[in-house]
Amino acid sequence: MSDHAATSMTGDDHAADIDRHVRVYITVFVALMVLTLVTVAISYLHLSVPLAITVALVVATIKGSLVACYFMHLISEKKLILAVLLLTVAFFGVLMALPVLTHGDGFWIRE
Amino acid sequence: MDIPYIVESRRDTGLTNGKIGIWLFLASEVMLFGALFASYILIRTGAPTWPLGSSILDVPLATVNTIVLISSSVTMVMAWASLMRRRFDTFRLYMGATILFGLVFLTIKYFEYSHHLHIGEYPSTSNFLAIYYTLTGLHMLHVIGGMAVNAYLWGPGAKLWKTNPVWFTNRVENSGLFWHFVDLVWIFLFPTLYLL
Repeated sequence: MSDHAATSMTGDDHAADIDRHVRVYITVFVALMVLTLVTVAISYLHLSVPLAITVALVVATIKGSLVACYFMHLISEKKLILAVLLLTVAFFGVLMALPVLTHGDGFWIRE
Repeated sequence: MDIPYIVESRRDTGLTNGKIGIWLFLASEVMLFGALFASYILIRTGAPTWPLGSSILDVPLATVNTIVLISSSVTMVMAWASLMRRRFDTFRLYMGATILFGLVFLTIKYFEYSHHLHIGEYPSTSNFLAIYYTLTGLHMLHVIGGMAVNAYLWGPGAKLWKTNPVWFTNRVENSGLFWHFVDLVWIFLFPTLYLL
């Protein structure tokens, strides 16, 4: 997908390829809409806070993955970009872990 | 001197320079929002009590905004697909729709903000509101930035299509990557601020 713009933009095969992708975009769009409604519906169930956070983040992660994989074409992206993102995800993980490690009786860093 | 590798891919990376540039920029954006999300977690877990987002914020309005932003992502990718099919008129239609969806999002956000400010809910009122204004405000700035680039590509920037269609298509793809990222951030902001 990422090479589409840099290569020839003519030919029946290419047109069929784009048509196939458009069908995928529409399917992903429907899935995102359904998951948005699921997110809101779950919030009305009044689950316990830890469970609500877990469910909401799982649904959001699925939605985010759909956007990244299909709209941003990560599913067929070059290895260099995936490597950059892997590094980003690792550092993002550190950022998210910091509050846990520094909070109260954190695992490693004591107040 | 011409900028190299804007149309053809570099042999070593297999990518155009623009594509690498936008992904590196998005990586830095992940860290920017990540730092704010980490601050949110730190402040929330450290607070003795924390309000339920839905008790302060308007969930139906934010749900509509989520639907609007997701729709704009689809029209954005369809704009790019239109160029790949060499259908410039369809591109204009989808790109125009993307910009309009962005405007709808900002209008709804305007009503949301003005309601809170009207009843005296300022960033200084509570930690929750401070986090809410900071995160949604920064996100809104990204929406405005994305709209500005999209408007340029819809209007004056579209002249490039006549002289170098592949370069123009690459520009639209890169602008789309930024726009999808803005959508992605909102997908996480919506449940964490409004529903939890």
